[in-house]
Amino acid sequence: MNTIIFRTIAPYLTALMVVFSIFVLLRGHNEPGGGFIGGLIAASAIAIYGISAGVSEVRRALVFHPITFAGFGVLMAAIAGLMSAFVDVPFLMGLWLFIDLGDGSELALSTPMLFDIGVYFVVLGAISTIALALEEDEDGK
Amino acid sequence: MIPTQSQSFSMLLVAIAPFLAAFVAPTVKRFLPNHAGWVLALIPTSIFLYLLSFVDLIAQGEKIQFALPWIPNLGIQLSFYLDGLSLVFGLLISGIGAFIVIYSGGYLNGHYHLGRFYAFILMFMGSMLGLVMSDNIITLFVFWELTSITSFLLIGFDHSRQASRRAAIQALVVTGGGGLLLLAGLLLMAFTMRTLDISTMLQQPGFMSEQPTYLLVFILVLFGAATKSAQVPFHFWLPNAMEAPTPVSAYLHSATMVKAGVYLLARMSPILGGTVEWQVTLPILGGITLITGALLALRQTDMKQMLAYTTMASLGMLVMLIGNGSKEGILAAMLFLVAHSFYKGGLFMVVGSIDHETGTRDITQVSGIWKSLPVTFFGAALAAASMAGLPVALGFFAKEEIYLIAKGMEWQHWLLAVTALVGNALMMAAGAAIAIRPFLGVRIATPKTPHEAPLSMLVGPAILAVLGVVVGLFIHQFGDWFFSPSASAIYNHKVSNHLGLHFDPIPLGLSVVTWIVGGIVLWKLDRIRDLLQALARVWTWGPDKGFDQAMFGLVRFADWITRLFHHGRLEQYLILVFVALGVAIYTPMVLNGSLPDVPNVLPQLRFQEWGVLLIAVLGLFAVVFGRTRLVAIVSLGIQGFAVALIFLLLGAPDLGFTQFMVETLSVVILALVMTKLHLDQRDNRVFEEVIRDGGLALICGIGLTTLLLAVLRTDLDTTLTDFFIQTSVPIAHGRNIVNVILVDYRALDTLGEISVVMTAGIAILALIRLRAGGPKRGIGAIKRAAGQRAKRAASKARSAS
Amino acid sequence: METALAILIGLFFTVAIYLLLSRSLIRMLLGVAILGNAVNLLIFTIGRVTREVPPIVPNGQYQPLEPIANPLPQALILTAIVIGFSLFAFLLVLTYRAYQELNADNTDTMRVAEPEDSPRPPLSY
Repeated sequence: MNTIIFRTIAPYLTALMVVFSIFVLLRGHNEPGGGFIGGLIAASAIAIYGISAGVSEVRRALVFHPITFAGFGVLMAAIAGLMSAFVDVPFLMGLWLFIDLGDGSELALSTPMLFDIGVYFVVLGAISTIALALEEDEDGK
Repeated sequence: MIPTQSQSFSMLLVAIAPFLAAFVAPTVKRFLPNHAGWVLALIPTSIFLYLLSFVDLIAQGEKIQFALPWIPNLGIQLSFYLDGLSLVFGLLISGIGAFIVIYSGGYLNGHYHLGRFYAFILMFMGSMLGLVMSDNIITLFVFWELTSITSFLLIGFDHSRQASRRAAIQALVVTGGGGLLLLAGLLLMAFTMRTLDISTMLQQPGFMSEQPTYLLVFILVLFGAATKSAQVPFHFWLPNAMEAPTPVSAYLHSATMVKAGVYLLARMSPILGGTVEWQVTLPILGGITLITGALLALRQTDMKQMLAYTTMASLGMLVMLIGNGSKEGILAAMLFLVAHSFYKGGLFMVVGSIDHETGTRDITQVSGIWKSLPVTFFGAALAAASMAGLPVALGFFAKEEIYLIAKGMEWQHWLLAVTALVGNALMMAAGAAIAIRPFLGVRIATPKTPHEAPLSMLVGPAILAVLGVVVGLFIHQFGDWFFSPSASAIYNHKVSNHLGLHFDPIPLGLSVVTWIVGGIVLWKLDRIRDLLQALARVWTWGPDKGFDQAMFGLVRFADWITRLFHHGRLEQYLILVFVALGVAIYTPMVLNGSLPDVPNVLPQLRFQEWGVLLIAVLGLFAVVFGRTRLVAIVSLGIQGFAVALIFLLLGAPDLGFTQFMVETLSVVILALVMTKLHLDQRDNRVFEEVIRDGGLALICGIGLTTLLLAVLRTDLDTTLTDFFIQTSVPIAHGRNIVNVILVDYRALDTLGEISVVMTAGIAILALIRLRAGGPKRGIGAIKRAAGQRAKRAASKARSAS
Repeated sequence: METALAILIGLFFTVAIYLLLSRSLIRMLLGVAILGNAVNLLIFTIGRVTREVPPIVPNGQYQPLEPIANPLPQALILTAIVIGFSLFAFLLVLTYRAYQELNADNTDTMRVAEPEDSPRPPLSY
């Protein structure tokens, strides 16, 4: 499994998958995709990198422990919900901000998007935690 | 009368102050180890004085009520009601309570847990005051149960002794069980009368007795009262409760708590009374309790037990009188209740002092100590005189009033009077024996050389004894203040005060007979006791023993049930679950006749759909029949991908992609784990088990298919779906409706779900790291340690040989 | 289509239950994974199925122009898949650790919580 070809292409594959996962995440509100799928793709990317380059390498690349990402995601989702308190609407009510970019298109920022990014991080963090823990346990033996 | 704001507040304080005092009691005791009782007694004393200020108002027929909202949604108020009846009870509870707190300081002086004891006693006092002042039946019930719980704590105060623990549990089970029945009765009554307030109920006397629910309410309330007030056959917990320290016996199990049942009957008398059921059941129940208690009292040599059984007899007397329901009966009940609280509370404290000073409370082991304990003797003598009903003690008037019932001249009146007479005579003998035997006669050696008890232990018995006489001397005045208003509250009409020294031939004659009979019993007490004890040796079974049998039977039954269902075999648990699932699926379909028809045509599917279904079926079969781990893992992946394809084909791209990712990851982590473990993947079930499990699985599977087919025949409610579809773009600005539901409409659910995912991640991390923590933790560590011990022992044995 | 799916779901449940009833931990794990799929498909089918019309509103429209797949069960299932995976992973690691600590992969030999010789309750106060 751990062939030289795999080891060589794994970093590129991982990078591509992470970029793709972000793309899937951001288009999720209008096209198929979203935080859950994006998170799973990103987690798979990290798992692949872990298998090819070793868990310690991945941990170094991630800087933070993967479970931290999950915690950050829940926090982000909760904050997205709490924003509604500032405009005196119920918890988790979606708020939208449309910024006109001048060339006829507009940029839509919203709390549901923030929430979806939170979901992305939770799935990414929790599942890569699991995968890395199991891979590492193998290395430890 | 509606009190002002500040009055309401101070009324509330009456019920709450003891609880507050209970909070600080242990601290007070720490700073004043020897005199905390005197300080803490200030609380009940001030409550007593405060309540005393209402005497005039109440005597004029006023009623005071006020309410604070407590659980407004349920119409439950913290409402209080003060009339003649509650006032008398409140004064008894706070007044005697003050003496008891002082007495405890002497009796338990130096006890390590004295502070805790004060706290319990004060909590009880608060509960009892709350009980007698409650206007709302829910608050009444809460306080009722609080008295049971504090009684439990106090009986089990000396928790290192098994007898105490048993007595405490017994009291709690009996009175708590009765309390539950009472709750049912009270609620039923509240629903019938459409009010939770007792004061409102009291305004419609006779309403309840015409309702169809009357009998049930009456029986349930009676159970509550009979268990609390130790009526036969629930009397057995009361003598056992004497395991508690003597102040507790004097206070809870004589003067106050056991009278809660009597209070309840008295309170309910206008609402539930006056019927044939009431007037037949209560006197019979009370009469039996009276005679049983009085006879059992004479059997005892332990003075505390004698008093306990006479208390039970007195409670029987009170129930009998309230059941009688006539003006005389109710007035007599109030007189007897107050007299009894005075003399019995005093006598209990006297016995406690004897026990404290001589080291024994066996009536045959103490004699001639009056010179050492003159004040105690004085208290005992006066209390016994009141108990015997000698003029002009309060007990005398109580008895006269009871015997006035005989003037009704009908057979049931005479029966009641004669029962009362026998009971009075026997109780008089028991009381006199306690006042005379230990003090007079020849001095015999006791375990401890007696000295006069400390001041704190003299105040209570002495004052209560004197009060018994003083109230008797000024009976007419006290009648105006207390007895007439309280009797009026029970009778629901004015009961005029005719108390005084009249010489009515019938009551007086019966009194004389009582004294003569009592005197004879006292004279022949030892013979009678031997006789009763001989009888007890023959008749060994009683409700007390039955209680043990019931409790142990319950434990055995629980053990049996637990072993039956928690046998520790997982597959059996699961079989039970799936059998239940099968039953739950088939029963409604068969009963409603909604079994769907068997589809008899091949479904019209496209080629690729057939392909996907085939892949899924193949994957499933390979999972079951695969022989190696690799086959199992791969085939698990196959069925998962098939599911993903189904989602993709049927218009659910999000689901399909997610399922693909999840299945991939599942296969990866399964492979990671499986390559490390030599888990036995083969199915080692024997043929019979395969048939059994396979059959069950097939039945459940077919059941779910039929259920699904049946559901598919019905119409789908698309209200919610339509809402989501129509509003997704206009108000949520998202075209992917699934995603909009997840992150906007149902975002709270999603928030919960991502928290679960994160928790699972943390849990897995913890599980993996558990081992890294070293051999000190975890089940494996225990097993390893046990294994090492066994190894060491074995090597030791080897080297020894 | 729905009839065919109903039969397939029945088969999924049958296999899952059969695997769960075995005493081998790893087979039970496979059973849990399949049971998750079975339930997801059940919810999916109860919401009725359509062919290849995802619940997405075309660009520039306020409402879909044609009947689309029911989005509600899909939203329910999407989270269920991820949670089901978390549960599966947790059980897998639990099995793994149980195997390491107790050296047991068979539920008959795992009696730590409910030992066979658990003492009788005391008959006293």
